Amino acid sequence: MNLPVFIQQVINGLSVGSIYALIAVGYTMVYGVLQLINFAHGDVFMVGAVLTLVLARSLGLVSPDHVTQSWTAFAMIAVISILACGVMGYLIERMAYRPLRDKPRINSLITAIGISLLLEYGGQHRSVFGPTPQAFPVAMLPGIDQPLIRFGELVINRMDALILLVTLALMGILSYIVMRTRTGLALRAVSYRFDTAALMGINLNRIISITFVLGSCLAAVAGILYAVKYPKVEPLMGLLPGVKAFVAAVFGGIGNITGAVVGAMLLGLVEVMVVQYLPSGSQYRDGIAFVILIVILLVKPSGLFGKHVVEKV
Amino acid sequence: MRQWLPATCLICCVWLIGFVGCDKSSSSVGSNDVLVGHVASLNGDTATFGVSADEGVRLAMDQINAAGGILGGRKVRVITEDDRSLGDEAKTAVNKLITRDQVCAVLGEISSSRSIAMAPVCEDMKIPMLSPGSTNPKVTQGYEYVFRNCFIDTFQGEAMARFAIEDLKLKRFAFLYPINSDYGVGLRNYVAEYLNKVGAEIVANESYAEKTDSDFKAQLTKIKAANPEAIFVTGYYTEAGLIAQQAKQLGMNLPLIGGDGWDSDKTLEIGREAVNGCFFTNHYSPDEERPEVQAFVSAYKGKYGGKVPDAMAILGYDAMKIMADAISRAGSTDPMRIRDALAATKDFPGASGKTTIDKDHNASKAIVIIEIKNGQFTYRAKIEPK
Repeated sequence: MNLPVFIQQVINGLSVGSIYALIAVGYTMVYGVLQLINFAHGDVFMVGAVLTLVLARSLGLVSPDHVTQSWTAFAMIAVISILACGVMGYLIERMAYRPLRDKPRINSLITAIGISLLLEYGGQHRSVFGPTPQAFPVAMLPGIDQPLIRFGELVINRMDALILLVTLALMGILSYIVMRTRTGLALRAVSYRFDTAALMGINLNRIISITFVLGSCLAAVAGILYAVKYPKVEPLMGLLPGVKAFVAAVFGGIGNITGAVVGAMLLGLVEVMVVQYLPSGSQYRDGIAFVILIVILLVKPSGLFGKHVVEKV
Repeated sequence: MRQWLPATCLICCVWLIGFVGCDKSSSSVGSNDVLVGHVASLNGDTATFGVSADEGVRLAMDQINAAGGILGGRKVRVITEDDRSLGDEAKTAVNKLITRDQVCAVLGEISSSRSIAMAPVCEDMKIPMLSPGSTNPKVTQGYEYVFRNCFIDTFQGEAMARFAIEDLKLKRFAFLYPINSDYGVGLRNYVAEYLNKVGAEIVANESYAEKTDSDFKAQLTKIKAANPEAIFVTGYYTEAGLIAQQAKQLGMNLPLIGGDGWDSDKTLEIGREAVNGCFFTNHYSPDEERPEVQAFVSAYKGKYGGKVPDAMAILGYDAMKIMADAISRAGSTDPMRIRDALAATKDFPGASGKTTIDKDHNASKAIVIIEIKNGQFTYRAKIEPK
């Protein structure tokens, strides 16, 4: 086995996995508190990237013949679109899911699919964004695609290092919020037992809103990092990463944040290793990753980190 | 009952709006114009193909009408349907053009996969179809009513391979091609065929999924380990730009060689400095000095605010002119007679070259090789058909 190639593929896999992880955490948190699969989550990811591009254009930072090279300016528009996605996450929950909360769960699930389709196909309308992929202004970040470390054949790109660092930092902050703050305690209580938590004086609506805002912000960060790495933005760009992140969340044990991160990293690694080590693996890249997932779920139905819940009758 | 009232009103409104919409379009049909349909990807992954082709078609239409129209003064009117770069939509669009708008002939598509989806519809309805730029051989194979106005991929694949071996003097090659594209798979196979024939080495053969994949680093890392001297990337421009970028990020300094699917300013916009030093084969170059090319380029720039026409624009332009010529020679808008006239097209003086439609309904034209230098497409060489 060629070691530099293997290490390079590990880096490639972790970089892809980091982005899946940022999305997967949002899926898993919402599932943890509401037992709802928020299918619109992958589209919040898309909105994060699209909004950054739209902001960059409307503020005159990029035009066909001119690009403002400034990390600060980019960081500012990125933060604005991340916050906007947080607000959007709040609104989606407030307007689409909350009215249905005491109805059968399938109602919310179908609403989630509806919101997802609304964002995807609404975004494809000419007056909104249009279905044509457009180039993301990576040129605003000078030197982002330069190598950070070059070790013989091995290249670690600044972009990949940035993505990995941002993901690790955000996961650190998130685990601090969940494990060390009162809000986090309330969040865990709600995910443990919904109605009992309410009886203990926890404001359910507030906790659920916070969950959606946090998840949506993380998805927006993922969307922007994704667009920096693959500078092509369009309204359907959230579809495949969204599905894969969902798979990663299930793989790690849905409802479990550590599980989502580990599941996402493993999925990223499996994808690149399939390409590298299976004959004509690149044709089956997505397929084989999902086959492995099915096998793992057959052996361990609650996912890698999921708790096996015994239903008492 | 009361709660149904708003819903009922809404439905009535939508219904009425629908009617008004219908009225508007049906009133404009029925004049003495010669209606020609154009199916184009005005939006979606390959939007620049459809937009350019449509601009070319409309420029030709204006020139034909300004010169007095066809069939004794009747004006040509093009109805364009957008397929959003989707095969199913192309099929729906062509159906609509034929059954609702009653066009006598159809132009389109650029993408081979979409032309392949449209061809059986035109064949069944017996409406002649002329694809401006689909290069996959399957587009016209076995059809009586389907034609094209460009070379085919057997020739293009050979030209790419010959250029790499004879001009760039390279010996070891890799492939990275879209597995879900008729065009991409076909072109890859024709390049490989020639490489095998002359005994050049193929060291890696990787694929990706067009439209959905954005990450090519896994494939590129594997290709890099096999140490080729050039990579043939037989997909469309969006992925080509991303692939070039990711190859550079992995520290790979080798030319990527593509086909006419690379011809879009988006290649430069997405690929940026990473596409410098790459090559692709094309239908024409705006730098060519032939007077027909220069006349077209200046007319196009005049109509579209100084925009430099790409190959899809000139092919759309020629396709419209060839179609108008065929309708004139047919002497009527009878689709059967237009078909026969199209099949008999010989030495038509098109802007992209003299066009003769052969017995397989293909046109043989020269291939131009474009080199990407300093963020610009520059003319490198020309290969004449045999």
